[in-house]
Amino acid sequence: MNALPLFLTVLVACVVEAVEALTIVLAAGLTREWRSTFQGMAAALVVLAAVTAGVGPALTLIPLGALRLVVGALLAAFGLQWLRKAILRFSGYKDLHDEARAYEREVAAARAATASRRGTVRDWYAFTLSFKGVLLEGLEVVFIVITFGDTQRDLGVAALAAAVAVVLVTGIGIAVRAPLARVPENTMKFAVGIMLTSFGTFWGAEGAGARWPGGDAALLVLVPVIGLVSAGYAVAMRRSRQSADAGRLPSAPPSAPPPAVPAAAPPGEAAR
Amino acid sequence: MRARLRSFGAFAYDFVIGDDWRGAAVIAVALGVTAVLAHSQRINAWWLLPACAIAALGWSLRRATDRKP
Repeated sequence: MNALPLFLTVLVACVVEAVEALTIVLAAGLTREWRSTFQGMAAALVVLAAVTAGVGPALTLIPLGALRLVVGALLAAFGLQWLRKAILRFSGYKDLHDEARAYEREVAAARAATASRRGTVRDWYAFTLSFKGVLLEGLEVVFIVITFGDTQRDLGVAALAAAVAVVLVTGIGIAVRAPLARVPENTMKFAVGIMLTSFGTFWGAEGAGARWPGGDAALLVLVPVIGLVSAGYAVAMRRSRQSADAGRLPSAPPSAPPPAVPAAAPPGEAAR
Repeated sequence: MRARLRSFGAFAYDFVIGDDWRGAAVIAVALGVTAVLAHSQRINAWWLLPACAIAALGWSLRRATDRKP
């Protein structure tokens, strides 16, 4: 496989995760205290670096067939999860992920918490909020970088894409000093879900012993097929949701204009 | 220690499997069948896993929307 699809897939996935981590770091830093927030962020980055340094090279020792089988299974399951969430959001069955709202939630919780000092950390709440946010979002980045990088035997390109994503989002975050609510996060998650599922099924089937017609070129068919089917699911579900909503509205008098379908998505599962 | 292991297990489960375990189960079964067909029957079932992934996604979405009013 060419390095460009690998780079772009990891880049987009990591931008999504970095945007979510930035929201949490900003909420901690702006409402609590920056020093403890940076300490939490630095501690999480050290843990992530240790995980990457330990697991990444260790996986290269596994034979490629076995690695592709395991990584393919994990990526396909992980990708289906992302796609499911993205389609439910698009069709209105789940709240859209809104960085501005997520930021307000974190800010409200951060303001309500009391400060306590532990060792060199002046504000333990800011430290743990920042640490957990960066670690959890970062683990997804590490997972994608290691699985994509090791399976393609090109960990450098995957790591570079992740670094570019983090630097890009951090730079924009510093410039605007606000959560990046304008990033089309749901659309990006949908695209990443398609890529993860496609690469996962491709590598998984190869690892299980199947041979793809056309070799790596099969991805050029597999990605659009999974993308089109997913888009079809999303559109069909959105239409069915809208017609169900319209059917639930009270019938208007004959002279009145037809009732509008509510634009806002109804509250569904808790937005992640 | 046991509580920590349990919470790590719960985190790992949520991380990879998420809200619906059936998708991951379908992927695992499809991979197993692909391997059996490839190694014992010499059948190149490259189509099986993507077909199952697409079907699993539809099934999972159907279940999620059936629960909603």
